Amino acid sequence: MGSKTLDKIKKGTYFTIEKLPSGIVKVQLIRLGLSEGDTIFCLERLPGGTIIVQKNRQEIAIGFELAKLISVRIKII
Amino acid sequence: MKDIIEHKEHHLHLDNILSEGTKNGLPKIVLAGNPNVGKSLFFNYLSGTYVDVSNFPGTTVSITKALYKNSEVYDTPGVYGVSSFNDEEKVARDIILEADIVINIVNALHLERDLFLTLQLIDMGKKISVFLNFNDELKKRKILIDPKKLSELLGVPVYEASAVKKMGFEKLDEAIADAKVGIQPDALHHVLHETLNRVGSQAEALLIIEGDEIIAERHSVPCGSGDEREIIYIERRNRVNEIVSTVEREDSSRGLFFNALGKYSLNPVTGIPILLVMLTVLYFFIGDFVSQRVVNFTEKTIGKKYFEYYLKSYVANYTPSEISVIIKDEEDPAKRLRVYSFKENLNEDQKVKQEFKHVSRDENAVVDFKFSNLIAKLLFGEFGIISMTITYLLFLLLPLVAAFYFAMALMEDSGYLPRLATMLDRMMNRIGLNGRAVIPIMLGFGCVTMATITTRLLGSEREKTIATAILMYVIPCSAQLAVIAVLLSGAGFLPILIYVSVIFSTLVVISTTLNKFLPGQSTPLLIDLPIMRLPKLDNAFKKTFFRTYGFMKEASVWFFVGALFVGLLDVTGLLVLFQDILAPITTHWLKLPKEAATAFVMGVVRRDFGAAGLFGLHLMPMQITVALITITLFVPCIAAFIIMIKERGMKEGLIIWFSAWIFAFLIGGIVAQIII
Repeated sequence: MGSKTLDKIKKGTYFTIEKLPSGIVKVQLIRLGLSEGDTIFCLERLPGGTIIVQKNRQEIAIGFELAKLISVRIKII
Repeated sequence: MKDIIEHKEHHLHLDNILSEGTKNGLPKIVLAGNPNVGKSLFFNYLSGTYVDVSNFPGTTVSITKALYKNSEVYDTPGVYGVSSFNDEEKVARDIILEADIVINIVNALHLERDLFLTLQLIDMGKKISVFLNFNDELKKRKILIDPKKLSELLGVPVYEASAVKKMGFEKLDEAIADAKVGIQPDALHHVLHETLNRVGSQAEALLIIEGDEIIAERHSVPCGSGDEREIIYIERRNRVNEIVSTVEREDSSRGLFFNALGKYSLNPVTGIPILLVMLTVLYFFIGDFVSQRVVNFTEKTIGKKYFEYYLKSYVANYTPSEISVIIKDEEDPAKRLRVYSFKENLNEDQKVKQEFKHVSRDENAVVDFKFSNLIAKLLFGEFGIISMTITYLLFLLLPLVAAFYFAMALMEDSGYLPRLATMLDRMMNRIGLNGRAVIPIMLGFGCVTMATITTRLLGSEREKTIATAILMYVIPCSAQLAVIAVLLSGAGFLPILIYVSVIFSTLVVISTTLNKFLPGQSTPLLIDLPIMRLPKLDNAFKKTFFRTYGFMKEASVWFFVGALFVGLLDVTGLLVLFQDILAPITTHWLKLPKEAATAFVMGVVRRDFGAAGLFGLHLMPMQITVALITITLFVPCIAAFIIMIKERGMKEGLIIWFSAWIFAFLIGGIVAQIII
């Protein structure tokens, strides 16, 4: 399966982060534990598009506009 | 630019605090960690006093310091790393830079997130010791972390702890004594070498390479580029992941952990009913219990009946006064009114004084003092700087603000607030805000002044402007809300419907317009969701106490300034002049009786005065609707106005304030022309 942006990911899928947007937001994402190459789980997709992802035990809410800037690849397990 | 100025203020302030320590030469121990790692519980143990612990990153930036044995201990705001992305980080960074020893508290459940800061502290060359907090939760979830291995990999002492169970605190002395400079990657020294030679401190050199402009400016050396920072951050992230995979084992594969309630409160389908339940509970606690029963007692009984009565009758001993006493009698609907006039002072006629004292102490008596002496009027009159402000601050505002902060503290500590912010994120996006803005907006229903201070936690100037505008234009504070609720519920269903839809549409129109025309971009939501847990009451009480204290300290003086301003308007007769000027607009455009103008002018002082002024006017239901719409959209109270000027600057503050006059009369008038 090809790459997508995070806003298009369905609830309950594992995906790998391919590219984060640059700038301060990238640094903030890396600090929270989301970096390129990481495998993440999409825990919830709220109506409107706010995404909640989970990495290990950490849950992180990501706004729709930010999700659109994150390129990911769906992981088939 | 503004950021830099603000920062300099911060730094100066910090310099003062920090240099005190240097003067007496005490070593500085700094507690550092991510938000919600239980840092403050460690600090409490060391200091015996309390600090704010919070689930929602960033409410106020406070620095707390205590003496412990022969050293000074500092608590820092929770941060994900040392840098200057926001105020908390700047404050934490400056304290950490000055530290001799850093005690790094780590949430063992979120090692991957938290070790990032740990490695950064090690790369800064600080002497550190690490505490793995939440050890009990770890065991509950059958997660194993090998502290010895972790200590070996980091090169610093690592201790297990469970702060809520008071386990691990006994290791603090050892941790302070044994703190070490950890293992740094070899490559780091090549990168730092040149800058280190110029600034002399490894910690500062690292921050400069990581692109911290403020530190670079302090040493006037060129600042690292974003690319260098990214390379360092990614390398650090990889080291963290490697360490975690070595030291951490999950015993049973219990799959993904979620707290059911936490999950349900995120999705609107289940989250909105949960929110409604929360709001109902909140309404009964704040709207009914505190703002009706408690405030009725504190303001009417303690404030008016005792405090103001004794204060004013004491003042009347020394200055001429005219005192009217109204006794409301249930059986005799005609009110008994008596007026006592003292040309010199209360003591000129003992007989009259005794009669006045007797009558005014009747249970149902309402006593009104009028002083003719200008100074006495200014200090103790209807808008007296001393009489009105103290009643207002202590007996009306204090219980309300405390109740609101208490409710917020419970929601924060339970982990609900960040989930609420997440659920409402998309809705808030439409008006140019992100989910975090629910905090100031919700606080606005308590006190707009308090909420305006909280807009600081928003990500960009643009968001701060939009949130402040919403607060000032459309959010009625609790004092006003109480009066509105009484008047509207008497007016009927249609007026309620008209009122709510007009106010709501105004909110939507104003905020979407601002969102469209304000330059720049709003920041998207990015928050971590802490685990849901039952809030601890004692912590919530302490937090309420500290925040309420902080608010009263910051805002009180402005209430006095406001009262002085209005008192001067009153004494000079300008207040009456205003009412006369407004009268034609009131009668023709808003189709209200002339006296309603008084209510609007009073609204400038205190929003509920404005609304309360409508009680005595015998308005038709539709007139009530128009009057309430106008007064809701009308300018905020004088204290909120001054705090807005402080937070948003003179120009923006004045634009918002004056446009509130225009919106209120424009929209109120249009509604009046249609429905009356």
